[in-house]
Amino acid sequence: MAANLPLEKNPPAFDAEAVRRDFPILATSVHGRPLTYLDSAASSQRALPVLRAVENYETHSHANVHRGVHALSQAATAAFEGARERVRRFINAASVKEIIFVRGTTEGINLVAQSYARPRFGPGDEILITGLEHHANIVPWQMVCEQTGASLRVAPINRRGEVPFEEFLRQLGPRTRLVAFAHVSNALGTVLPVKRMVEAAHAHGAVALIDGAQAVPHSRVDVRALGADFYTFSGHKMYAPTGIGVLYGREGLLASMPPWQGGGDMILTVSFEKTTYNELPAKFEAGTPNITGAVGLAAAIDYLEGLGIEAIAAHEQRLLELATSELARMPEIEIVGTAAHKAAVLSFTMKGVHAHDLGTILDADGVAVRTGHHCAMPVMTFFGLPATARASFGCYNTEEDVARLTSALRRAREVFG
Amino acid sequence: MDLKELYRDVILDHNRHPRNFGPLAGANHHAEGNNPLCGDRLSLTLRLNGERIEDIRFEGSGCAISTASASLMTEAVKGKDRSSVRQLFERMHALLTQADAAPDPALGKLAALSGVREFPARVKCASLCWHTLNAALSSNAATVSTE
Repeated sequence: MAANLPLEKNPPAFDAEAVRRDFPILATSVHGRPLTYLDSAASSQRALPVLRAVENYETHSHANVHRGVHALSQAATAAFEGARERVRRFINAASVKEIIFVRGTTEGINLVAQSYARPRFGPGDEILITGLEHHANIVPWQMVCEQTGASLRVAPINRRGEVPFEEFLRQLGPRTRLVAFAHVSNALGTVLPVKRMVEAAHAHGAVALIDGAQAVPHSRVDVRALGADFYTFSGHKMYAPTGIGVLYGREGLLASMPPWQGGGDMILTVSFEKTTYNELPAKFEAGTPNITGAVGLAAAIDYLEGLGIEAIAAHEQRLLELATSELARMPEIEIVGTAAHKAAVLSFTMKGVHAHDLGTILDADGVAVRTGHHCAMPVMTFFGLPATARASFGCYNTEEDVARLTSALRRAREVFG
Repeated sequence: MDLKELYRDVILDHNRHPRNFGPLAGANHHAEGNNPLCGDRLSLTLRLNGERIEDIRFEGSGCAISTASASLMTEAVKGKDRSSVRQLFERMHALLTQADAAPDPALGKLAALSGVREFPARVKCASLCWHTLNAALSSNAATVSTE
């Protein structure tokens, strides 16, 4: 665990310019301007080592996994299962049986909703989420509530965009069966006190699922130290390809859950009378998996750990602080989400300029930000906003990106007069 | 990329001071328009006398393009009958989607929206109000979506 490592007095200097050279897409120009990519919270870019690992696998090792005795099938199986072991180490899971490859965080949450919650919940049971959640951590639970008669409760947020812990505790009760919350809010960047929230859920006999999509690229995640029952994240937000993600589940829980999709690879024997299911993790991986994606994910983990997640986090925190203070000096800008503990995300509005107009004007300057409701419409409703603009930072962003953002914002002000 | 082609003065003016904004008393037709991706919401109320739009107003929140487009549309269709509104709709559709569409003099001030077609992601902002008007004019008024 990170906490046991000796603290380094001087963290290694972070060379963002060298990092930028690892991301070929950053040399792209947009509308004749250099690309300023500030949308990593929506999807990050791919590092050369990830691209090379994917190309190398596709060029030299591809076949189907777990099926053939021929050399390529064994090479593909070794690459795929090697990636699983790489993920296990990355999040410090106890066993590779606890690492289920999924398409992404959305699929991970849906798997738990349909396979853990749906068979065991009924009327009177409660599922607790928070007011900060992404639609992917709201809708699957609403579907389970419709299917089972369970009810959904929501721990409210405050004007800073935090989930006050006492409010969260107040929503927990004897009927709470499952608690699901983001590790980091995608819309506002708020970091939630997930360890305390898991402990509180456990104290009420509920299991806890953490949506880690926005946390894994920015912080060291140790699922056992957090005590998480389920933890899920996406590859494409951590410099790996799209279409690959991970659901971690405690082995005892996963073993007790029925499969949620049927097909090849998830069975031991099939007859028309009786089918027996494969063991973990194959039980939850019906069909040919995204082998290429898993290979890319393992390469992305190597890359992240090579740079040092703590060093990346410190670098991004410096950029967040710089951008926050620059935008705070612009009177027409209002920052949305001012939690004491934030990660890599800056959401804001500009007086008199709708977020979508802002997005178009920034794009004309080559500055890519997300505009809209960020798949978190309840958060927007809470703040009484139809939309915000969101700048989000990754390991490859620099102070120059922040300067380009602020100068593009001044231009927006000029366009709208 | 010329932002001035998109954000012409007419558009900025109608965004800042939308015409025919607010609820319409005595309305007999109504429709809601949503652009879920943007969060744009538009509510159109109108008073139809036979085939003729006697009065029309809109409410809602959206970007400058969608607000200005709705404002310009209410000015353009007020007092017109269904068939001329349908013709205007088709002219607007051509203006917003056809790269080589020549400016149609019949469009009047609506032609200020021609810059939108250079910004494909924003075409739906300008067309939301027109789809909503179509829904309001049809007997089964419903919520329309541009997604």
